Amino acid sequence: MDLSLSTRTVGDRTVVEVGGEIDVYTAPKLREQLVELVNDGSFHLVVDMEGVDFLDSTGLGVLVGGLKRVRAHEGSLRLVCNQERILKIFRITGLTKVFPIHTSVDEAVAATD
Amino acid sequence: MATVELRFSALPEHVRTARLVAAAVARRAGVDEAVLDEVRLAVGEACTRAVGLHQSGGISAPVQVSLIEEEKQFSIEVGDEAPHSVPGDKGSGAGGDADMDSEEDDMGLAVISGLVDDVEVTAGQNGGLIRMTWPTTPSIAVLP
Repeated sequence: MDLSLSTRTVGDRTVVEVGGEIDVYTAPKLREQLVELVNDGSFHLVVDMEGVDFLDSTGLGVLVGGLKRVRAHEGSLRLVCNQERILKIFRITGLTKVFPIHTSVDEAVAATD
Repeated sequence: MATVELRFSALPEHVRTARLVAAAVARRAGVDEAVLDEVRLAVGEACTRAVGLHQSGGISAPVQVSLIEEEKQFSIEVGDEAPHSVPGDKGSGAGGDADMDSEEDDMGLAVISGLVDDVEVTAGQNGGLIRMTWPTTPSIAVLP
């Protein structure tokens, strides 16, 4: 399965809905999307990963890159994920300490800390 | 020889194929269903790393994946042909890109070692090899 991306605005947040597989082949598309959003002035991002079937370290790298970019503008990057197999990858790499991970888009959009 | 061998051009789009084949052969070999996600991820990481090494080193040789079914265990070997610097050598290449590459490289290896209990990484002048092994439970043949 390929990668699907769609974005929508909720208040001052931009929600990026990601679906499919994020790997070495598709991760550049996600990177482009995040870079474009930041370049267009969206600094508070919520990446909804509920539709993601597969995520590898290349995908993690892109998310970390996105976080770096929004932080340069005092922004935020929050993740929405409930899938154990995806969460496991964040845990073993220690990235659960780096990303705020929420159980729903509503929760992520409402979060302020 | 290995149960199944796979050689693919060092291009990102083929890594998914390697993942799918590896998971299918692992399932047949009797690797626990709950572990298949880890197999898929680990082999993807190893292949991604090999593709990166071939691409950055301008190596036209394919990446080699061996799927080996043995008694009570299943192994996957992912081999690259990139010359790895031996300790004491200063790494080849130049500039910040090399650092970036090696960071991503480390991330892949970090995921592999976090996922797989039995992993062996060897590297030399002629290339590197990652060997990962999982236990299998013999499948009980269900005859019609």
